[in-house]
Amino acid sequence: MQRQVALIKQSLFDQGYLDEQFMALEELQDDANPNFVEEVSALYFKDSARLINNIDQALERGSFDFNRLDSYMHQFKGSSTSIGANKVKAECTMFRDYCRAGNAEGCLRTFQQLKKEHSTLRKKLEHYFQLARQAGPKETARRPK
Amino acid sequence: MMNPSQGRGLGSGGGSSSGRNQSESVVEMFPSGLRVLVVDDDPTCLMILERMLRTCLYEVTKCNRAEMALSLLRKNKHGFDIVISDVHMPDMDGFKLLEHVGLEMDLPVIMMSADDSKSVVLKGVTHGAVDYLIKPVRMEALKNIWQHLVRKRRSEWSVPEQSGSIEETGERQQQQHRADGGAAVSGGEDAVDDNSSSVNEGNNWRGNSRKRKDEEGEEQGDDKEEDASNLKKPRVVWSVELHQQFVAAVNQLGVEKAVPKKILELMNVPGLTRENVASHLQKYRIYLRRLGGVSQHQGNLNNSFMTGQDASFGSLSTLNGFDLQALAVTGQLPAQSLAQLPAQSLAQLQAAGLGRPAMVSKSGLPVSSIVDERSIFSFDNTKTRFGEGIGHHGQQIQPQPQMNLLHGVPTGLQQQLPMGNRMSIQQQIAAVRAGHSVQNSGMLMPLAGQQPLLRGQSLPSSQSSIRQPMLPNHISERNGFSGRNNIPESSRVLPTSYTNLATQHSSSSMAFNNYQQELPMNSFPLASAPGLSVPARKAPSYQEEVNSSEAGFSTPNYDLFTARQNDWDLRSIGIPFDAHQDAESAAFSASEAYSSSSMSRNNTTVAASEHCRNQQQQPAQGMVQHHQVYADGNGGSVRVKSERVAADSAAMAFREQYSNQEDLMSALLKQEGIAPVDGEFDFDAYSIDNIPV
Repeated sequence: MQRQVALIKQSLFDQGYLDEQFMALEELQDDANPNFVEEVSALYFKDSARLINNIDQALERGSFDFNRLDSYMHQFKGSSTSIGANKVKAECTMFRDYCRAGNAEGCLRTFQQLKKEHSTLRKKLEHYFQLARQAGPKETARRPK
Repeated sequence: MMNPSQGRGLGSGGGSSSGRNQSESVVEMFPSGLRVLVVDDDPTCLMILERMLRTCLYEVTKCNRAEMALSLLRKNKHGFDIVISDVHMPDMDGFKLLEHVGLEMDLPVIMMSADDSKSVVLKGVTHGAVDYLIKPVRMEALKNIWQHLVRKRRSEWSVPEQSGSIEETGERQQQQHRADGGAAVSGGEDAVDDNSSSVNEGNNWRGNSRKRKDEEGEEQGDDKEEDASNLKKPRVVWSVELHQQFVAAVNQLGVEKAVPKKILELMNVPGLTRENVASHLQKYRIYLRRLGGVSQHQGNLNNSFMTGQDASFGSLSTLNGFDLQALAVTGQLPAQSLAQLPAQSLAQLQAAGLGRPAMVSKSGLPVSSIVDERSIFSFDNTKTRFGEGIGHHGQQIQPQPQMNLLHGVPTGLQQQLPMGNRMSIQQQIAAVRAGHSVQNSGMLMPLAGQQPLLRGQSLPSSQSSIRQPMLPNHISERNGFSGRNNIPESSRVLPTSYTNLATQHSSSSMAFNNYQQELPMNSFPLASAPGLSVPARKAPSYQEEVNSSEAGFSTPNYDLFTARQNDWDLRSIGIPFDAHQDAESAAFSASEAYSSSSMSRNNTTVAASEHCRNQQQQPAQGMVQHHQVYADGNGGSVRVKSERVAADSAAMAFREQYSNQEDLMSALLKQEGIAPVDGEFDFDAYSIDNIPV
């Protein structure tokens, strides 16, 4: 079981969903805070859902206030980076580039992509955490090799 | 030290020290227990940071709103050792929070952001952040944040204030004790002891940190005692009330004239030392400068810096007596002002000498008020010096030997008109130096009132204008030099001007042109400037310095101006602004250099200015720097040869300001033999430069 968990985690890294930051977070986990990473993830998804919502609304309005969009995305990028959400972060960067270029269509497209990545990651992480809990003591934060 | 066996009482780390022997625990404990306040609107980041910091054994307080953080800090003056804040927050800009914390609480602040663009990082530095972390923040970065605390304390300590009597001392000790795991209460006792014994003890924490840092250094044994000897000076927390008292005192004295000693006297706060005031004054000036830049703006460069400029602005005017307003009005140096300059400049100068206010307004100095504000604050030292320098340099600078006015002694060459022009030129030069492109000339204006026009006018860069006002004001303030004041301002401005300069570069050329025309008029070194009463200057230390420096500047400037009619390039000015030149040519390559040099410069300058200030009696002569400008003709590169007559810190300061290059500054400094940083100046956190980001 643990092995399975380890494998899943490894694949997340290998596929680029997560980066070293996630590992750093795992290192912060200890006996006193056994579910730290999971808690942080939960918090991240909750907060980012809110941000996504805001951005969605802003885009729907069709007014394309690039400054505001950029600002939302900046926040989004900040959280995503902190948790190690690699692909999501890449989409954020692209979105911001489009914003700066004033490319509305690019923004829309990227945002769709971003939402997709975001929800994929969420599912994968949820699955991972579930398994990890089932597997027992947390895995050490080490990139399975 | 405290009883280590008590364990630390640290929150996160858990007291593991209990059981260790004292010295060990002290060392090991440190930097544990560091009280960190984290501010970030992103809950994910906040949670992660808190976890990381706790793992480092720090005590963490989270906050997701800047306003809340500020009120927390205000309520609990000594409750925190360091603040970490995000840059982008919805309710308040991180940089604004940074300024507030720096001014009011004087705590080290670390900025962080997912944004790693150079401009923002630079902004962090110029606003005084002790560090800038890029998200995602890693543990390694957080582990070492205690170094900032120690560094800050050490710089404060350097000005040993035996008098300490500030309450902080007691508190500090307490904290320290706490940190050490000693009994919190006992801390109080210790504090008492310490307080009585020496002020320095101040924070035990400090002592601990020092200890840890120095290891062999003080023996902690009894922290307090040790601390007392080494630490000294308990940290003063500048509460809102205290700060207001400070501002009132500064206003009363006049920003330019405000010297720590007098401010201290006016404030009459027991336990406050001159060093405390000096370092706070320095920060305040930086702050104002930043504000000033904004208002003025022509160039908006400063905008980024200034946040509350208006407020400060207003105060500035009052403070300096400069005619900030005038400057503000002038805002842009109208070309015509140049014309008026000659006649007016003199008058202005004189007026300036007498009462400052004359300065600017008339010549139409565009000096942006912002400049004034900011520059005022920052310049105050320099300004004064300018006056002097200008006064007498003007005379001296003039290639004409006759001028040889005393270095610093206004020989009275009053070539009134020429002087006026000259002065402005000098100012401009100074301005240029400062990096203000032509705008600086605006600054110069104050001197001559006339000259500045040149600068200020064409340059849209408000920056220069800002600077300029400062100078003139400064000068007048300082000693009442007649007219000289203008110059000092420019010197002051320099640091700021650099920034401007860079930006304004193009504009300056325009201004410069105007100026050029004016210049020819002046063939006179500042000396003629409003009755430079150089001799008088001697007394005020700065003045002399100013003069010297100014002299150095001004004269050359004039020459330059003449030579260069239209090219404001600093380069052409060649003048003392050596550094400027670079700036100019570089179009701002200088700006970068500027930023760096300005920073260093600022420090230097500040140091120098402070230095000058403190040295009241600097012989003007010593400083006279002759900047001889060799104009090759239009477009020729003007080479300014500055001779330093005497190493005057003031001169140095000016010079420093102007040169974009750090080397120049350091060289100058070396010459001067001035140690730029005196314990008083707390450069770490604040860079004088306002680098427009």
